[in-house]
Amino acid sequence: MTSQPITIVHLYPKEMNIYGDWGNVLTLKRRLEWHGFAPKIVEHHPGKPFPKEADIVIGGGGQDSGQTLIQNDLLEVGDALRRLADDGTPMLVICGLYQLFGRFFKTSNGETIPGIGLFKAETHGGPKRLIGNVIVESQKFGELIGYENHSGLTLLDNDQPALGRVTKGKGNNGEDTTEGAVYKNVYGSYLHGSLLPKNPALADELIREAATKRYGTFTPRDIDDTFAVYARETAKRRPR
Amino acid sequence: MLQKQSVKLGKLIKKAMRLRGGGSALPGLVVEKLSPNFLAHALSDLPHGVVVVSGTNGKTTTTKIVVELLKTHGLRVFTNPSGSNFTRGVVASLLDHVDSAGKLDMDIAVLELDEAHAVHFASSVAPAYTLILNVFRDQLDRFGEIDHTAKLLARVVEKTTKGVVLNRDDELVRALAIDVKRDVALRYFGVGNSLLKLFPSDKDMRGAKKKSPEKDRRTPIQPDDVILSKLSGQKATFSFGEETKKSMTLKLAGIYNVQNAAAALALARTILGDDFKEKQSFTALETVRPAFGRGEAITIDGQPLEIVLVKNPSGFRLSLASYRKKPAETMIAINDLYADGRDMSWLWDVDFSDFSASGIPFVSGIRAYDMALRLQYDNVEVGQILPDTAAALQAFLASGNRPKRIFCTYTAMLSLRRELAKTHPLEAIE
Repeated sequence: MTSQPITIVHLYPKEMNIYGDWGNVLTLKRRLEWHGFAPKIVEHHPGKPFPKEADIVIGGGGQDSGQTLIQNDLLEVGDALRRLADDGTPMLVICGLYQLFGRFFKTSNGETIPGIGLFKAETHGGPKRLIGNVIVESQKFGELIGYENHSGLTLLDNDQPALGRVTKGKGNNGEDTTEGAVYKNVYGSYLHGSLLPKNPALADELIREAATKRYGTFTPRDIDDTFAVYARETAKRRPR
Repeated sequence: MLQKQSVKLGKLIKKAMRLRGGGSALPGLVVEKLSPNFLAHALSDLPHGVVVVSGTNGKTTTTKIVVELLKTHGLRVFTNPSGSNFTRGVVASLLDHVDSAGKLDMDIAVLELDEAHAVHFASSVAPAYTLILNVFRDQLDRFGEIDHTAKLLARVVEKTTKGVVLNRDDELVRALAIDVKRDVALRYFGVGNSLLKLFPSDKDMRGAKKKSPEKDRRTPIQPDDVILSKLSGQKATFSFGEETKKSMTLKLAGIYNVQNAAAALALARTILGDDFKEKQSFTALETVRPAFGRGEAITIDGQPLEIVLVKNPSGFRLSLASYRKKPAETMIAINDLYADGRDMSWLWDVDFSDFSASGIPFVSGIRAYDMALRLQYDNVEVGQILPDTAAALQAFLASGNRPKRIFCTYTAMLSLRRELAKTHPLEAIE
């Protein structure tokens, strides 16, 4: 039997690729293979039409200069992303793209970068960078382990669910203990690390959602996550 | 407190610490607090001033070469010990060399400083000469974004009073030319077009794809620039401007170390001007050995052991690429102390799939399991995982009589060296 294909659309790999976010794409690719699928990575670059086929959409953080390069394109493809999201397509956006999946990012210079508003959230440039190890308690995934490095402070509307609550670290804004945001199967987060390898539960959920949507069922295979378990234990004990 | 008293106190603390065994940042810390002008005072009257070497990768090796080149011209050179590229480390090592009035009696000081400490330093002592090697993503947990790192370096460049040497092939470094003050000499080092593809810039980092390096935006080569025009193994050809000067076999291994030699030559030419002596410089260059952890090999039980310092994705990738043709049993040791960087994300920007056939027999360090996890996702088989570096080293050395290589982060390198020194004299092999 030939493996069933799953297409991962990687948003802006050139411009938004800081802090090892490539690790998330690689983790999805490998785990899809290990679960018996045939993953295909399709890159989306600014100015190009949005890929026709997308089972999972993923994007990372960037520098301010990277964000400037992609902001117009993101608005261009915003409708396509919203349609996919409303249709239940799983997505993971980290840091810079998480911010732009909200309504806007107002920089500390007062410049407003509009976002696509999938999350009911807004981000304001903060006075200092929030940097360090993070532990998040999430109802759906248990403990999420990662590393944050951002100066934008994200405020969720009251009716916008967070991905979880920080038990160590700063999260969305350092004030209200929320971290990340969830809309249907779209997950936004500040956590690098990379996030998915250390949090296989989240990676497998994205895969389950994608496989179920496309093929109706998902039968996970056993993957040896011993290294992830120990890496999580170590990370939790490390200083901020 | 008076300069004299804090110098005396600092020297005393250093002596006490040495008796106790092992170095520390404490003497530097105390003197910095008591006498904030110590650095400026100690370094202000040097005949040739202060030279700052900064950038992400290659500071230690380049500084070592520059020091050798200047010494061969008869200059008395002060430098900070390798790898201690924080101002506090400079203060601590200055304490051994200043007189009781806190003055340094030398001709010139060559200091390697990381980007943040270079700014801190330049705000109290204006460098006479500055060399910027490259800008790569490194320890972003400390510096924030790479664009920010470039801005820090701009502030060092604009303080420089006599000469600035920049990497002609690094877009972010080249852009610092606009920050060079008028009347300050601006020189470049670089590599020949045929070698450019070996030096991916930070933008080419992700994945295996390499776009062709841009050539057009570089400034035309000037006679004062130094270019590494050819490299085959350890045989390097250097040109001054367009003029081919010398081919030689170096003791330095690794393409990036040889690029550092071009940088050092360009800097020495800038500092020495008409006093620069080609023949002596090339002779000195031929004999320079790599610094510990920068490609130096030591002999353990008749087999070479190479210790290779890796600090950031670009450095790790370049190291893997330059050792690719020389297979050896490999151990990787990753720590996450402050000097290593706390964030492990960088491991995901390095491609380890070259090891998918051989596997990695030993993984160590505080973050050994992060490394093992990274290897798992490149389908690389991991042998033993021993977070304790001393235990891992013993097991690794006992694992078979073959050439060995350890890739390690900074503090892991220090503990490996301590462990090695207990049982083996750390002599270099030819």
